[in-house]
Amino acid sequence: MIEWIIGIFLAIGVAFNFLASIGLLRFPDVYTRIHAATKCTTFGTIFIVLATVTYSIYSYYWVAKDPAWITIGIHSALVVIFLILTNPVGAHAIGRAARKSGIRPHGAVIDELEGRL
Amino acid sequence: MGFATSFIWSLIVYLILTAGSGNIIAWSPAELIAGVVIAAIIGYATRNIMSEKLEYFFNPKRWILFIIYAIGPFFFAMAKANLDVAYRVITGKIRPGIVKISPGLTRDESKTLLANSITLTPGTFTLEIDDEGNFYVHWINVPEGKEKPTPEDLCGYLPKWARRIGE
Repeated sequence: MIEWIIGIFLAIGVAFNFLASIGLLRFPDVYTRIHAATKCTTFGTIFIVLATVTYSIYSYYWVAKDPAWITIGIHSALVVIFLILTNPVGAHAIGRAARKSGIRPHGAVIDELEGRL
Repeated sequence: MGFATSFIWSLIVYLILTAGSGNIIAWSPAELIAGVVIAAIIGYATRNIMSEKLEYFFNPKRWILFIIYAIGPFFFAMAKANLDVAYRVITGKIRPGIVKISPGLTRDESKTLLANSITLTPGTFTLEIDDEGNFYVHWINVPEGKEKPTPEDLCGYLPKWARRIGE
């Protein structure tokens, strides 16, 4: 039973990370690639970490009452918090730097930042 | 007051990071002593910085709303965004553009919250915020006739939540 739950979480996480890597290769320019690289990896990693947390909670209550399992669960949950805090900041910094260095968005229907940076 | 707040917050973070190290509830005696000493040093070093925005940041109402927002509406918007981007990765149907929205937020903290939420949700990421509080957002799929969107067109209920939490 628990193997199936963990397996489903891992499958969802790996699927989204896989789509992110395809998006990195497939999209035409830096901005659209940032979309693939930030959103899908964050979401995929949340599910992978969810699998880890599920496994550590299960092991603590039903396998061995070892405090090391709590450490694993809490540290993995902290990974998600730091990822969610830092990922948008990184995406914003890369995108803004790219726009400042004069890269136009590929096939853009509108560009409000033209002549503003 | 500044000392007490940063002392308590550092101690809580230290205890979370070292949970599961021993047998006094979940910590070993050495970790508890080290935590108190380190938190006291941090509290002393940051006592003047922390006192400026204490009432704003450590308001429990904001924290409760923020946690509700993170688990409920934000996670739902993020899941939707991921399915949308996954669909665009597979089919390649994109219509990108940089659009401008004016959500009318005044505080830096709520602007940060909204910008980060936008970056993590439906096919949008924030490129720039100007002095008047306008957001310049790269949108991966601008719908026909929505080249001048309102904040609700672009990101749904996120600005409402940012205003509720941050203002």
